[in-house]
Amino acid sequence: MNNSVGNTARLIGAGLRALLVLTVICGVLYPLAVTGIAQALFNDKANGSEIKDKSGQVVGSSLIGQTYDLPKQAPSDPTAGDDAEEAAKPDLRWFQPRPSNGLGANSVNTRYSLILSGATNRSADNGAVNGKCTKDSEEGSLCAQVVAAKEAVIAENSTASYKVEPEDVPADAVTSSGSGLDPDISPEYAKLQVHRVAEQSKLDVKQVEKLVADHTTGRTLGFMGEPRVNVLELNTALKALTKS
Amino acid sequence: MSPVLAGVLQLLALIAALALAYRPLGDYMARVYSSEKHYKPEKWIYKAIGANPSAEMRWPAYLRGVLAFSAVSVLFLYALQRAQGVLPGSLGFQAIDPDQAFNTAASFVANTNWQSYSGEQAMGHVVQTGGLAVQNFVSAAVGMAVAVALVRGFARSRTGELGNFWADLVRGTVRILLPIAVIGAIVLVACGVIQNFAGIHEVGQFLGGSQQWNGGAVASQEVIKELGTNGGGYFNANSAHPFENPTPFSNLFEIFLILVIPFALTRTFGRMVGSLRQGYAILATMATIWIGFTALMMWTEFAHHGPAFDVAGGAMEGKETRFGVGASAIFSVATTLTSTGAVNSFHSSYTGLGGGIQLLGMQLGEIAPGGVGSGLYGMLVMAIIAVFIAGLMVGRTPEYLGKKIGTREIKFAACYILVTPALALGFTAAAMALPTPPHSMLNSGAHGFSEVLYAYTSGANNNGSAFGGLNADTQWFNSTIGIAMLLGRFLPMVFVLALAGSLAGQKPVPETAGTLRTDKPLYTGLLVGTILIVTGLTYFPALALGPLAEGLAS
Repeated sequence: MNNSVGNTARLIGAGLRALLVLTVICGVLYPLAVTGIAQALFNDKANGSEIKDKSGQVVGSSLIGQTYDLPKQAPSDPTAGDDAEEAAKPDLRWFQPRPSNGLGANSVNTRYSLILSGATNRSADNGAVNGKCTKDSEEGSLCAQVVAAKEAVIAENSTASYKVEPEDVPADAVTSSGSGLDPDISPEYAKLQVHRVAEQSKLDVKQVEKLVADHTTGRTLGFMGEPRVNVLELNTALKALTKS
Repeated sequence: MSPVLAGVLQLLALIAALALAYRPLGDYMARVYSSEKHYKPEKWIYKAIGANPSAEMRWPAYLRGVLAFSAVSVLFLYALQRAQGVLPGSLGFQAIDPDQAFNTAASFVANTNWQSYSGEQAMGHVVQTGGLAVQNFVSAAVGMAVAVALVRGFARSRTGELGNFWADLVRGTVRILLPIAVIGAIVLVACGVIQNFAGIHEVGQFLGGSQQWNGGAVASQEVIKELGTNGGGYFNANSAHPFENPTPFSNLFEIFLILVIPFALTRTFGRMVGSLRQGYAILATMATIWIGFTALMMWTEFAHHGPAFDVAGGAMEGKETRFGVGASAIFSVATTLTSTGAVNSFHSSYTGLGGGIQLLGMQLGEIAPGGVGSGLYGMLVMAIIAVFIAGLMVGRTPEYLGKKIGTREIKFAACYILVTPALALGFTAAAMALPTPPHSMLNSGAHGFSEVLYAYTSGANNNGSAFGGLNADTQWFNSTIGIAMLLGRFLPMVFVLALAGSLAGQKPVPETAGTLRTDKPLYTGLLVGTILIVTGLTYFPALALGPLAEGLAS
């Protein structure tokens, strides 16, 4: 009996020492070594691929999507009531990213206002009525979000000379990404916004079209991933263009 | 180029890369686990542990090593999270609640990496890098050690000795995982994965104001998360987060890391049992299932049946623009057919049938190619079941690799394959029958049931991915999934090591004209069929209530 207790204690001791040694190797030396090499060789990328505008101001990371919304105003119409939770309105002067309004807020740790990552996790039949997504779909459901987003994309991007048809709207324009921080949109969605952006910033459509073309990244080596447009880089270039 | 063609080309590129790595890595691992030589730094480690790395262990001793090391790991990780509030380098995050700390400790030690917390909001540098990332290495090394012990059971005769656990653990960590991780981490940083200790800091924004980032040692954790088929993300969004997986290339590279060791271990197996062809037969079985599942997944995701996708015109909900449908489908199959559970797109928002493919992938026991180590031993257990079934048909005592599969061996194999279905289905039934647990479901109907089934399937099979709609941070789910993960990891290891001991003690039976050739395509076909039928019959009723009902309705 004593012997087996002693054996167990010895074994646990060996396990603990093994864990501590391996923690020093894999949990201290390894990450420090990798950090050292990363900071020396790829300083910019290891620190988050920040991008700067013309004036040298950091405007974010090329990898992290942002929202381009109008500042929240005090309700201009007092009769509209106390709807303080009113959704932010997009600032239509800028190219808009993928929707992310279905994502939750920071409820776990209110100490910080960290940018949060995550998906809606809604299923494709979430909110469906008789197997279809309609305007009657339950508020907040994926069906309701997709239907509303599609309507908004069509309304916002149609100008006097350019009508957006429902079939022109690509899937990424009306769905949320996996991270909620998708930095990119599809080239189709960028092109769809060209007329509106040109009108809003009083630029020539051709100029904005060229801007989008310049900022379109094809598939890596021709086959990896999907073609895409980085929204922050595009908007930064657009800003430079409107100021010049 | 159409997205479908691009998806197929990415799959082909992946296959080519895996094929290139197969021989050198498989042979290297065979040498690592067969070598008599201990390197100088390894001797220091053994000295610190107080173990003689050359002492052979019989299966009970080997198992005691596995269990002692893992038990200490659970306690250490639990204590680390509970103490987070007072540890330096914790970014001011508080201690993790007891139920969640237990769940997370069980999860990372069991190579599952189910996460009921949100990384960027809950874990500081010390817990992430000094606790969780360490388990990413060692839990993988434990899995490989057990697999190698089973392989030695086939390779050795008239001895009960299976090698030395401490030597296998240390070698797997420092000679295999660590070197690949260092190189892989640098590649990921070059793609844009962050690696710093900046902590929480403000960064300017385009329209003014600032955003708050949580910096950290992400690349060093990301690489071992994939390579060790762990899957626990630094950030909540896991490998969909651009700081974890920034480009289409990093995405393919991460899928490669997930699959490279599990596939190459079949070569290691072939080398160690002295017949490369036996390894190829196992490889062919794994590859058939993996490629078949990937093709099915691409088909259902590109077809995008489902009310919301009909309106949207594509199954892009929960998927990133840079990956698109093709690269997301490849990742999601790789992660559910191994014990990884990392995600680059959110499984809950896949099509109904796509979710079914993910569930079925885990339910097969994650053996195609499976987790590092666990995939190989899981597949070898199925190989034993297959020769047993073939033996029944012709009325002969079955043999595999020159060992008789007698009553004792088949009992261990049968116990092995019963553990995870019993845990997954039993807990799902309990959760659905009780009044409160179903309140955690986000979606209703068939999909809600799939969320719960997915959670326990993922836990019991040590996968760790989720139908994220389920609010799993409740005492019920934290506790029961924690138990499912521990039992689902360590009970099968008990049976595998007992089986290994029993095989190693046998004397080899000479091959005769009546012996079933297990290195031929006929046997590979039999093995694939056995796997699909055994799993299919076990899980079909549950699948019919969840993903099949959802997928067929739309």
